[in-house]
Amino acid sequence: MALVGNPNCGKSSLFNQLTGLRQKTGNFPGVTVERKFGTFRLSHAAAEVAVPEPVVVETTPTEAPISVSNNEALLVDLPGIYSIYPKSYDEQVVMDILANPSHPDYPDAVIVVADASNLQRNLLLHSELADLGLPIVLALNMLDIASSMKLTVSATQLAMQLGVPVVKINARTGEGKENLKVALRQVLNGDSVQPSGYFFDPSEAVPDLIEEVKQTYDLTNNYLALQYVCQHDNFTFLDQPRRARLDTLIEKYRFDETEFLADETIARYERLKPIVAKVVKAEGKTEQPVWTRRLDRLLLHPIWGYAMFLLVLLVIFQAVFAWAEYPMNWLDAGMAQLIEWTKEVLPEGVLNDLLTDGLLAGIGGVVIFIPQIAFLFALVSLLEESGYMARVMVIMDRLMRRFGLNGKSVVPLISGVACAVPAIMSTRSINNRYERLLTILVTPLMSCSARLPIYTILIALVVPDRTVLGFLNLAGLVLLGLYLLGLVGALLSAWLFSTFIPRRETSYFILEMPTYKLPRWNHVGIMMFESVKSFVLEAGKIIVAISIVLWVLASYGPGDKMERAAERAAVEHAAASPQEKDAAIASAQLENSYAGHFGKFIEPAIRPLGYDWKIGIALISSFAAREVFVGTMATIYSIGRDAEEDVLTIKEKLRKERNPDTGAPMYSTAVSFSLLIFYAFAMMCMSTLAVVQRETNGWKWPLVQLAYMMTLAYVSAFVVYQLLS
Amino acid sequence: MSKRSVADLKKGERAIIKSFTDRPMSLKLLEMGCLPGSEIRLDAVAPFGDPICVSIGGFYSLSLRLNEAATIIVE
Repeated sequence: MALVGNPNCGKSSLFNQLTGLRQKTGNFPGVTVERKFGTFRLSHAAAEVAVPEPVVVETTPTEAPISVSNNEALLVDLPGIYSIYPKSYDEQVVMDILANPSHPDYPDAVIVVADASNLQRNLLLHSELADLGLPIVLALNMLDIASSMKLTVSATQLAMQLGVPVVKINARTGEGKENLKVALRQVLNGDSVQPSGYFFDPSEAVPDLIEEVKQTYDLTNNYLALQYVCQHDNFTFLDQPRRARLDTLIEKYRFDETEFLADETIARYERLKPIVAKVVKAEGKTEQPVWTRRLDRLLLHPIWGYAMFLLVLLVIFQAVFAWAEYPMNWLDAGMAQLIEWTKEVLPEGVLNDLLTDGLLAGIGGVVIFIPQIAFLFALVSLLEESGYMARVMVIMDRLMRRFGLNGKSVVPLISGVACAVPAIMSTRSINNRYERLLTILVTPLMSCSARLPIYTILIALVVPDRTVLGFLNLAGLVLLGLYLLGLVGALLSAWLFSTFIPRRETSYFILEMPTYKLPRWNHVGIMMFESVKSFVLEAGKIIVAISIVLWVLASYGPGDKMERAAERAAVEHAAASPQEKDAAIASAQLENSYAGHFGKFIEPAIRPLGYDWKIGIALISSFAAREVFVGTMATIYSIGRDAEEDVLTIKEKLRKERNPDTGAPMYSTAVSFSLLIFYAFAMMCMSTLAVVQRETNGWKWPLVQLAYMMTLAYVSAFVVYQLLS
Repeated sequence: MSKRSVADLKKGERAIIKSFTDRPMSLKLLEMGCLPGSEIRLDAVAPFGDPICVSIGGFYSLSLRLNEAATIIVE
């Protein structure tokens, strides 16, 4: 079963209502479009049959046998579309499925969700799907909004006019979903009437072409034949010769696609107009909700609009940095205690060290960021849910265009603050390929949540904990500055790229403005939960694995070098206190371990940036994923310390670290800011490179991205260090 | 009399959509509900005058750039 509808018509809400937690996300086979699917029960318990609202289906609900096994239906949520003619990469997948009966997702029945407050446009899509001969149940949603706009919509009339079952639903509350299931069962059993005849029959305009396509490709449906003509380049189920044959047919009949499609759309509206007139009764003048217009006046204002946007951003950073600190401190202290306890309880030895310094230290580096990620995703999804994101696109379009981007690039850029991987995937909604590529190239410059741990620790080291202007945290302001730096870097890079890469298509920006809505808290909750889960499972796996590998590399060295270094240190520091002696031995051992050798190897390259070989180890290990940096630091410094100091938090450990040459703190302002800038710009994320490779279909762009970001990071960190030291 | 387009509307002004000048653009606009004969009103203008927000038929709004709005001829 498939769910189809316009964007913003409540399709996702209905999907959540029907499937609840029995849903999964994945990709459609062969393409990188997100496929959301889930199961639900078609038959319902006896108690639920007594729905007060009458069903607008011709027959009464009877417990007829159901063709679907176990009453379970598989529901696939297709991307939101205005018509079956795709305008973006995402939308192509809809017709690739609906035009191909042998596709695994080809539905037995289609639920078309229609927004009752804008019926005419929503029925355009319905009429196209109906003409393809798909069995349809029309779910009429947003009746409450329609009635607030003084529109009454008669579902009975609509069912009669269209000749398909129409069910009134409220996707937000789940009202009417049992009736929807009844209607679905009737459609599946062939009990319900489906329309005969086309809304728009292409064979009236181009009979010969349609006839020839039908004969050649063994089709029976005229409208499907037209889709073969218009969309064959997007049909993955047609091979090259079959596509080429359609091109010759287009030549032969001199078929002008754009002209034909514009005429088709107008003809469909002509056909729908009298239907809508019969179904929808307007009482008085229809207007958008007053408060939407009032809010727009404020949020799109030349000054207040930007001020509000900046305020919203500031609240986000305040939440992520200041408010999330409390739960983070609890987690940090809890982990330190757990490590101490484990050390005492288990017998001493290699296993104990591996467990505490390797595994637990690594896990500690993961869980501590859960509060920040949860806060950030909750706030971003609030902005999307409320409809404010669309306004942000509008006020940012002019600015974005100047840098070769599109107002729609704002969403990937803002999502990039959470994680570049989903952000790059969200660029699919940018229908212009060129602007999409630019957005993909620069999105990883936005400071993602994986950089946050590094920022948090380094800022805490060098920025005093002070309050500015009475309520702003100085550290929070520095953090905001780093995020702005990422944004400016992204915009300037986009501008540079746009001057180098030639533009081929013209740019579009047509966007429907949703009315402001109260966020659905369960959606925000699901989003928050999913993001934390994927961070802990996906990123966490890598971090813990690398922590363990690092522990091994730092605990063992080539040959007997480590033992000899330890002996030498013991002799040299024979006169010192036992504590100093232990520290000197541990430090000599780390220096001679495998990890120490790696760090030493790259030290000449990173010395100009102010880094020593210990930071070198962290740089190498965090190449796979930045968030590993902190875990690595924890591992390196807990190995180089004696047992007493193990319980100190990472921050305190770093603060105590001295430069062996000068004796001054290693993490000076110059080194810390140099590291901050390096991590702000560097492309240190395997997952991002992998997703860019997938989205751009090749290695060219990810490699370009890697090269330019690394160069930018190195040069900027160099400049910062040389200026500050 | 010269042809006016949506780009020439003043804030709050209403007009009736008459035709389109750009075919690929018109298809997009049509599918999104911008029909000849419907009433269009300029609701809001983004900072720096571009893009603009219009409401169509009085009950739902679109935002589009000035050059896109210029392809919608009104009377």
